[in-house]
Amino acid sequence: MDFSLTEEQQMFRDMFRDFAEKEIAPVAEHADKTEQPPVELLKKAAAQGFLGATIPEQYGGAGMDYLTYTLLAEEIAKHCLSTAITITIHTMLASMSILDAGSEEQKQKYLPRLAGGELASFALTEPDAGSDPGSLQTRARREDGTFYLDGVKTWVSNGGLAGVHVVFASTEPGQRHHGISAFIVEHDSPFVMVGHREPTLGLRAMDIRTVYFEDGRVPAENLLGPLNGGWPIVLRAFNRVRLGLAAAALGAAEGALALGVNFAAERKQFGAPIAQKQAIQNYVADCAVEIEALRHLVHYTAWLADGGQDYGRYASMAKYLGARIAKDTANKMLQVHGGYGFSDEYAISRVYRDVRALRLLGGTDEIQRYAVARGIFDEKGLKIQP
Amino acid sequence: MDFTFSPEHIALRRMIREFCEEELRPRAKEVDRTGQQDPEVLRKMGELGMFGVPFSQEYGGMGAGETGYCILMEELDRVCPSTTTIVGAHIGIGTMSLYLDGSPELKRKYLPALCSGKKIAAFALTEANAGSDAAGVQLRATLEGDSYFLDGQKMWITNGPIADVIMTLAVTDPSLGARGGATVFAVEKEWPGFQPGKPEKKMGLHGSPTSLLNFDEVRVPKENVVGQVGLGFVTFMKTLDIGRVSLGAATVGGAQAALDAALRWVKVRSQFGRLIAHMQSIQFMLADMAAEIEALRSLVYRTAWLVDNGKPFIKEAGMCKLLGSEIASRCIDRALQIHGALGFSRDFPLERGWRDARIGEIFEGTNEIQRIVIASELLQEVGVRIRP
Repeated sequence: MDFSLTEEQQMFRDMFRDFAEKEIAPVAEHADKTEQPPVELLKKAAAQGFLGATIPEQYGGAGMDYLTYTLLAEEIAKHCLSTAITITIHTMLASMSILDAGSEEQKQKYLPRLAGGELASFALTEPDAGSDPGSLQTRARREDGTFYLDGVKTWVSNGGLAGVHVVFASTEPGQRHHGISAFIVEHDSPFVMVGHREPTLGLRAMDIRTVYFEDGRVPAENLLGPLNGGWPIVLRAFNRVRLGLAAAALGAAEGALALGVNFAAERKQFGAPIAQKQAIQNYVADCAVEIEALRHLVHYTAWLADGGQDYGRYASMAKYLGARIAKDTANKMLQVHGGYGFSDEYAISRVYRDVRALRLLGGTDEIQRYAVARGIFDEKGLKIQP
Repeated sequence: MDFTFSPEHIALRRMIREFCEEELRPRAKEVDRTGQQDPEVLRKMGELGMFGVPFSQEYGGMGAGETGYCILMEELDRVCPSTTTIVGAHIGIGTMSLYLDGSPELKRKYLPALCSGKKIAAFALTEANAGSDAAGVQLRATLEGDSYFLDGQKMWITNGPIADVIMTLAVTDPSLGARGGATVFAVEKEWPGFQPGKPEKKMGLHGSPTSLLNFDEVRVPKENVVGQVGLGFVTFMKTLDIGRVSLGAATVGGAQAALDAALRWVKVRSQFGRLIAHMQSIQFMLADMAAEIEALRSLVYRTAWLVDNGKPFIKEAGMCKLLGSEIASRCIDRALQIHGALGFSRDFPLERGWRDARIGEIFEGTNEIQRIVIASELLQEVGVRIRP
């Protein structure tokens, strides 16, 4: 087995790291405190090709493979999980769905825009459709070859910043997953209303919104993929985003560990740096061990995806493990900071708040466990119900 | 063994719960947003005797003992951890240090006003270089004639911006350091040279004002020495020991509130065609929460009984704080998870409880210090003396 990154991957990683340290690190705290998405920063990231990520070069993307994408998400998340997730949702959920399921016309029309920096969203969740997207109620009524989209989507990441929304609606009510269709909707359509921006515990530099679609006309050419064929698009999108979020979790954990290690090396109590205390050493060691294990699971999952292999189970595992490790690392490293860990003046409490989201978005911990168990029992011929 | 609360304690709990539901619960969100509890609410609490619950009636307290104080803290934390923290610092460590070791004259001078809430107390121990290593304090108290002059700075002092009487540990003999060379002084906020800093910006407990305290040659009459000159560190450590029991009680309230919120939610939220109450993963989370809370509740009230009956309690008090803070964090986190994305929204109260709870594992002796305290007691029992 060759565990080394290719020269190209190393080059990309160095570029990502450099960008993250120079451009992202200085603005992360401010973005969180003001709850303002770092729009200028996202433009710079777009100029570097980061928003085009895994989109092929023929459509204006950077043509990265999945492993390279995980390096991008990791390096950004070391400094700002909000930015890492903004980009991951834009790429892994939304843009890649158009690459995955779009017609050539749709790809030509939308992918260059999205690769160039116009943000996209993935509007699936509703007030009564969270862990169970199959129960979504947004309706796309078909009339004379045109669709009429009506409903409410909540927790839409990038909802207020996006130029393009990938929207999931029911074209066959009562059929749950089998009646879902995907649509590409322009944000500046007259029937798209952006509502309440969600005030959140963490990820405060993200724009997360309620978006209303008020019986609006969506032309047939904006149907993405087959009629009633939206669910497989969702499943493939989930796999991609879970890989991306796992990589972001890895980066966030590494960022938290670095903050704690730096603090422990400097802070003196009882006549010496607190790094001299076994309890502190144990926290640091445990986090380092888990981060290393996570890294390899993330890279393995990306390798499966790059090889065209089934990787959904591994993506769920990596995301589930990553969310837990990010939480544990941020929590232990906040503890290392003592009272300063509770202060807004130190970055660790922001990381702690931010990583709490990882156990919820992209499928909760409970959903990941279900997905993994279902896959395992499925191999034995036993169908697990949710 | 009799595990029932006395009729007085039951009545006390009922009174406090009613007050919390009527006065504190409706304001809790605003307190978090503005960083301030309504002074009118604090005044009402004072009138009801809440600021003097454990202290003897001789000094204007309610005489409800450590058990009564635990009941107060449990009920407050069910509803508003910021208010709990104001009260906890005032009663549990601020006023308590005076109550434990102050002379009768000094107690008569301050306790009635402190017990009625007309004056608020603070406990000033921590400094920039003295956190877990509390013995590293450097604030200096120099004797000149009939007065001491206090000079230096305290940090992270709960109630710092609002306290009227600040029990302050200062070094009276640098050659001896904390052990034998430190003294507790009751400092009044109006005295020249005393200046609290601006409230610190914290992740949670926004309604509990915390600040640094500047002492610029503050003149303190020697009558305001609390306990004995040179034995201040002993007074403060004793105070922290007893303070831990009520912190454990507070976490019972906070954890129970989380469980109650989760139970309300699982009855109304459906996914996959049924209430999430019918999902085993959810059921097991609820069961784990309930089991931990029950164990904690028993530990806390048994420890309060040890205190009220004059028995040794240092090890158990450390356990109350250690386990309580960790159990509360786990329960509140589980409740947030059960609420899904709504738990992450500031439009719902889960995330506020989650932010508020985190300091529990850090203040009043980090959980690492609690483990050292407990280990120290255990090893002492088998003849080994340890150093931190």
